[in-house]
Amino acid sequence: MSHYYEENDLERFSEIGKHRPELFDYFMNYYQGVMAAGALTVREKALIALAVAHAVQCPYCIDAYTRASLEAGSNMEEMTEAMHVAAVIRGGATLIHGIQVHNTVEKITI
Amino acid sequence: MVPFARKLAQLGFPDLTAAQVNTLQVNLGWRCNQSCRHCHLAAGPDRPEQMGQAAINAVIAVVARWSIPVVDLTGGSPEINPHFEYLVQRLSRLDVHLLVRCNLTILLEPDHEHLPEFFRDHRVELVCSLPYFQQDPVDRLRGPGVFLKSLEALRRLNRVGYGREESHLKLHLMYNPAGAYLPPEQGPLEDRFQQELKKRYDIDFNRLYTLLNMPIGRFKEYLEKSSNYDRYMGKLAAGFNPATVTGLMCRNLISVSWEGRLFDCDFNQALNLPLAEGLPQTIWDFDLPVLSHRPLNLGDHCYGCTAAAGSSCGGCLTKKG
Repeated sequence: MSHYYEENDLERFSEIGKHRPELFDYFMNYYQGVMAAGALTVREKALIALAVAHAVQCPYCIDAYTRASLEAGSNMEEMTEAMHVAAVIRGGATLIHGIQVHNTVEKITI
Repeated sequence: MVPFARKLAQLGFPDLTAAQVNTLQVNLGWRCNQSCRHCHLAAGPDRPEQMGQAAINAVIAVVARWSIPVVDLTGGSPEINPHFEYLVQRLSRLDVHLLVRCNLTILLEPDHEHLPEFFRDHRVELVCSLPYFQQDPVDRLRGPGVFLKSLEALRRLNRVGYGREESHLKLHLMYNPAGAYLPPEQGPLEDRFQQELKKRYDIDFNRLYTLLNMPIGRFKEYLEKSSNYDRYMGKLAAGFNPATVTGLMCRNLISVSWEGRLFDCDFNQALNLPLAEGLPQTIWDFDLPVLSHRPLNLGDHCYGCTAAAGSSCGGCLTKKG
């Protein structure tokens, strides 16, 4: 193994079911149910997944949901906006913790 | 990867045969004013292959003799063939449904600007290439400037009545992916194309067909150079959908090459994979009863027609697509 992340490992995902296969089956049934068309379209869900993939910084998920977004008919403008949504939520989550800084400073300083 | 023919046999289709010959798909030549990066024929402006007058006349004779209901003219750019208008005029006198696969930009080339009216006058149904409603993917796939020229061609077709709701002149668009991925579901993509082309450019069309990029020809070269070939083929094979098999286009059409040779489809033509041995091999010895239920010559590229929702010159093969 030359890298921790190998592109071909994505296709080996089902090997996770080698031990405790019933748990993997529960996961896959849930996964497939969630990602199927419902109140949101498959295309919308793929864009959400792409944004989340950036937020959790999973290279497998970014690969998979870039392809899934294209295969659902999305374009680079839409995929880029999804990335920015992830970025501003992460950024906002960082900044909102600044209130704790303010609170702490207020509490311990004269 | 399991060879395609073995995969079919495993699933209960040991000897796939044609069901009928409803359509004669005629490839008028590999010359084209575009050089698309996905083209399975590697068509382009410098290709010399063009169907000659003798084969053109043989096509007309076959359609008349055997009452072939649908004739589908393709290329290359079929309009470049010097006998194209003669063929359309002769076929339009027969009781056939006539389709032309048009790359759109040819309609802006000198000597071809009259074609929208010509198509209208001969009641030709058009299937036009437009892989997306934005410039970047179209120009990357089909060449710089193609998107804006395609829009202008579509406006000209709309102006003579093509694609308008109240018109009988049918204008369909053909989508294919701008790279190594599968086409989106056809219905929702058609809705997006309708909304976006109307909103952005006031362009109307009838239906959108999705077509998968076949892993042969120029597209195969791209897949290999970009190290995408194995994964793409793996995806096609893994996506095999048994529900597509009965509707495969090779079961309903026969393809004629620019030389007058017969093939199960245009992709087999690109691969020089002839009809099964013992069958008529050219338009000059076309025999409908013999060809209607012929065994099909299959290869691993056939996974391209059976993956996911299926793929054909008439779009996806299953309802969901």
